[in-house]
Amino acid sequence: MIRFWQKIYAKNDNVKAYSLLLPALILVILAMASPMLLTVVTSFHTQVSMMEIDTTLTLDRYKDFFSKPVYTMLLVRSIKISFFVTLVTLITTYPLAYYIAFYVKKNKMLWIVLMTLPFWTSYLLRVFSWKVILGHKGVINSALMVSGMISEPLSFLIYSQTAVVLTLAHAWAAFAILPLYVSLDKIDKSLLEASYDLGNTKLETFWRVTFPLSLPGVIGAILIIFIPTVGDYVTPQLVGGTDGRMLSNMIQSLFGRANNFPLGAASAVLMLLSVSFVAVVVTYITRKVSLRMS
Amino acid sequence: MYNKNNILFFYAIVYFAFLYLPVMLLPVFSFNDAIHMVFPLKGFTLKWYDQMIHSSRLHRALMNSVKVGVIASIFSTFIALLAAKAFTKYKVKLRQLSYGAILLPFVIPEIIIAVSLIVLWTGMGLQLGLVPVTISHILFCTPFCMLVLISRMEGFDRNLEEAAMDLGENAWGTFWRVTFPLALPAIVASLLLSFVISFDEFILAFFLSSQDQTLPLYMWGQLRFPKKLPHVLALGAVIIVATSIIVMLAYWLRNLGSPSDKKSNIGGI
Repeated sequence: MIRFWQKIYAKNDNVKAYSLLLPALILVILAMASPMLLTVVTSFHTQVSMMEIDTTLTLDRYKDFFSKPVYTMLLVRSIKISFFVTLVTLITTYPLAYYIAFYVKKNKMLWIVLMTLPFWTSYLLRVFSWKVILGHKGVINSALMVSGMISEPLSFLIYSQTAVVLTLAHAWAAFAILPLYVSLDKIDKSLLEASYDLGNTKLETFWRVTFPLSLPGVIGAILIIFIPTVGDYVTPQLVGGTDGRMLSNMIQSLFGRANNFPLGAASAVLMLLSVSFVAVVVTYITRKVSLRMS
Repeated sequence: MYNKNNILFFYAIVYFAFLYLPVMLLPVFSFNDAIHMVFPLKGFTLKWYDQMIHSSRLHRALMNSVKVGVIASIFSTFIALLAAKAFTKYKVKLRQLSYGAILLPFVIPEIIIAVSLIVLWTGMGLQLGLVPVTISHILFCTPFCMLVLISRMEGFDRNLEEAAMDLGENAWGTFWRVTFPLALPAIVASLLLSFVISFDEFILAFFLSSQDQTLPLYMWGQLRFPKKLPHVLALGAVIIVATSIIVMLAYWLRNLGSPSDKKSNIGGI
């Protein structure tokens, strides 16, 4: 019997590969897939009292979600904020990745290390430092007051959606710089020279050659920033105020003080569904665009 | 043709300041002799560092974070090493699918993983605490470790392993005596980086830890009290310096001994 298995093992690369992949796959199935499945099931239940959950399947939690405007509003706002975070991050980091890929000759690696180093330092502290910078008695306001440029603190800086977008665009910059740099650095420089030889200007070369070829990096950056930021909790909590509250803050209270697991589960499911939907659409559109451009 | 671009260079410097100034602010104020973080600075003091060293709740949180971080980094690096081996050595059937499945926890919003684990854990009648936090950290770090290890192991000279096999080593011996030493710098890098990720992780710990605070949770708790704030800044400054050193070390290790044309390979980070 053992010989039989040894024989199969020795002959089949797939068996070897999957026996190596087994721990990782078991981890994903046990710690992610099954809990998420259970969450989907829970979203069809009803919270009766503090400790009691009625497990009769019902669609009422989804009805609850869509009948109270606040939930839908928070979901839409979360997506909107993430959209702007992704957009702002891409626009601000693209020139930087472009500069490192094409103009930096020596110590490229050092540039990359320096650009990514801040992202290893505590996420919580980075978000908190924005609270300090933008706050009513914060760095910007106190500096402006001392210099006499304003007499009252500027109140629009903090506790707004803009503050959330700014903070997140700072916090997630590395996740845009890296994929953009990788795809720009891969571009064959002779293609650019060919474009110049054919009489294209610098700007035309950028739009017709460089940008389309960097689209894989753009897609990568969009996905890796947009999806996680929709579920961000810390930033809206610290710098968002009421205006910048996002769906995660609501989910947190449903699993905490409000103690309504089924409704919290339904909100999480809807967040995941809308995020996946947007991700699929974005990938599809960008593919289409890149096909047309090349 | 691409020799100089002063506008882009200027932009890069400004962006650099945008990235670093907020981070630098905390260490600056950690030496400031005032409770509120307001300019102008009042004077130099080390008393917040003194307060930090003598907080026993902070010590407990630190120990919890170290425990979780060490266990999570060892497990995730080990699991990722096996997976990286599978992906770099074999042409696996359904490669894209299993690759995507393993990377998924890194992309999905953490809050969804967190609440799902709450549902599972409380559904099984278990107490929340450091155990589910550690499990969630292993899940979250594994994809990352795998990317770091794959980017290194892809550059391997396959002939070395085949030579060992030809010389009579079995698969296990080849792994320990050839593959493992070659991958060692990347393994250490993966251990260090996943430790840093786990050490800094907030959301999963926030939802799953219940009473046992990790360091980020301790800081979160203290941020609400203005009087406690300065010693959190001191702690933050220490964390910033320590993680920067660890990350630099990990970057250096990962590139150690790889061929010079591979030096710019930054896959995974």
